[in-house]
Amino acid sequence: MTRKAKDITEQTPWQELTPGGEIYEGGTSMLVNTGEWRSDVVIWVRDKCKQCLLCAPFCPDSSIPVKDGKRDEFDLDHCKGCGICFKVCPFEAIRFEKEVK
Amino acid sequence: MSIRERLSGNEAVAHAMRQINPGVFAAFPITPSTEIPQYFAQYVADGAVDTEYVTVESEHSSMSTCIGAQAAGVRAVTATSSAGMAFMYEMLYVAASSRLPITLACVNRALTGPININNDHSDSMGARDSGWLQLYAENGQEAYDNFLQAMRIAETADVRLPIMICQDGFITSHAVENILLEEDAAVKAFVGDYTPRHTLLQGSAMAVGPYDTVAFCMEHKVQQAEAMKNAKRAILNVSADFEKTFGRKYGFFEAYRMEDAEVALVLIGSTAGTAKACVEGLREKGVKAGLIKLRVFRPFPAKELAAALSHVKAVAVMDKSEGNNGCGGPLYAETAAACYDLAHRPKMIDVVYGVAGRDCEVGDIERVYRHLLRIAETGEVGEKYIHMGVRTSEQEVL
Repeated sequence: MTRKAKDITEQTPWQELTPGGEIYEGGTSMLVNTGEWRSDVVIWVRDKCKQCLLCAPFCPDSSIPVKDGKRDEFDLDHCKGCGICFKVCPFEAIRFEKEVK
Repeated sequence: MSIRERLSGNEAVAHAMRQINPGVFAAFPITPSTEIPQYFAQYVADGAVDTEYVTVESEHSSMSTCIGAQAAGVRAVTATSSAGMAFMYEMLYVAASSRLPITLACVNRALTGPININNDHSDSMGARDSGWLQLYAENGQEAYDNFLQAMRIAETADVRLPIMICQDGFITSHAVENILLEEDAAVKAFVGDYTPRHTLLQGSAMAVGPYDTVAFCMEHKVQQAEAMKNAKRAILNVSADFEKTFGRKYGFFEAYRMEDAEVALVLIGSTAGTAKACVEGLREKGVKAGLIKLRVFRPFPAKELAAALSHVKAVAVMDKSEGNNGCGGPLYAETAAACYDLAHRPKMIDVVYGVAGRDCEVGDIERVYRHLLRIAETGEVGEKYIHMGVRTSEQEVL
């Protein structure tokens, strides 16, 4: 079986899964919501943000998308709520608080 | 043409490794398997192989190195014994679940503790549920022959499981015996090339051994269980081709004088030689004694073993490792379970023997057969979990 990750779901029978769970392509974590066990959430305060971009390289989960030299809204499907970006932001442009679901 | 030689079991396995010329050899020395990496290091130094020889800092690392190498797309081999195998425990399971057909030369030694360097099967028996294939040898010839067959079995497309080629420490690994070796070219042609469909170093990006969530992990364990079942066919196919190529016949086990046997032993490894001598002696006296020497423990050939024992009156399963479960050793547990569905089950006892190098002679084996004859005659099994050759202040069962 050489199925692509996007073609494997929780309904796929064992016969059609790849041997040992091998994955034959890169970037497949984009297909999975890995941020659902976060307890604290980060909130981007746009009007305080100077676009210094210090937060983005510190993010361990690539959850701060940067395009054309500017950061965008958090990718909360993959952010684990570690708070590192909140800690490194020099302008209090990131709030870090209990997530209400 | 086969080549007549005199080699120890360790030399024979190292010789097979040189002939196969694997991509990576990673090992940490431990008695009594140390000679295998030692001999192989000489082959590397002499330029007799192209192998990347990795001197790691532990067995956890040697198995980790093998996992990485095999996933990268080459054959990876290692050798270990006893506590060395225990130290690679975590990675044994990872190798199996990642479906990487790594080959491990296991030179069986008592697993600590108490610390002891002599032979028994407690190291590899402890790894019996790890998902590795396990082949055992009676002598150096079988260790060599099993090693030549190992990779083709393990790499079979519907198997893809790692394999242990086991031999008895010191008894087989260090004793020099006559052996038939095969020519390098013939071995290379028999073993063939390793051509995995997906590897870390070829084609597009690939991930091996990812985290498995509740929704997938059990399905992957079922894949492993099915692969272990498929391995039975692969073993028979490769063994048949081995016989056709080199003339020596192998199966799941050797049934020795079993056709009309009324009493029989089931055992693993070098003790088979001692037991065969005993069977011959008993046969001369008219005793219908037989022997099953198990070659393949994983997968366990339950159906075939039960069929081979179905006509026997009394069976002693000889465990060369302690079960520590209060009722018997691992070989006994699996043999008894295999025979459960027989319409007429033989009476069965477990004899734990040879633990930590305790000697086992022809006379010891004969006492077991005599005990089985009493059981067959009276129908009384008595004590089923017996330790042989141990000093005791009580009346000995055997």
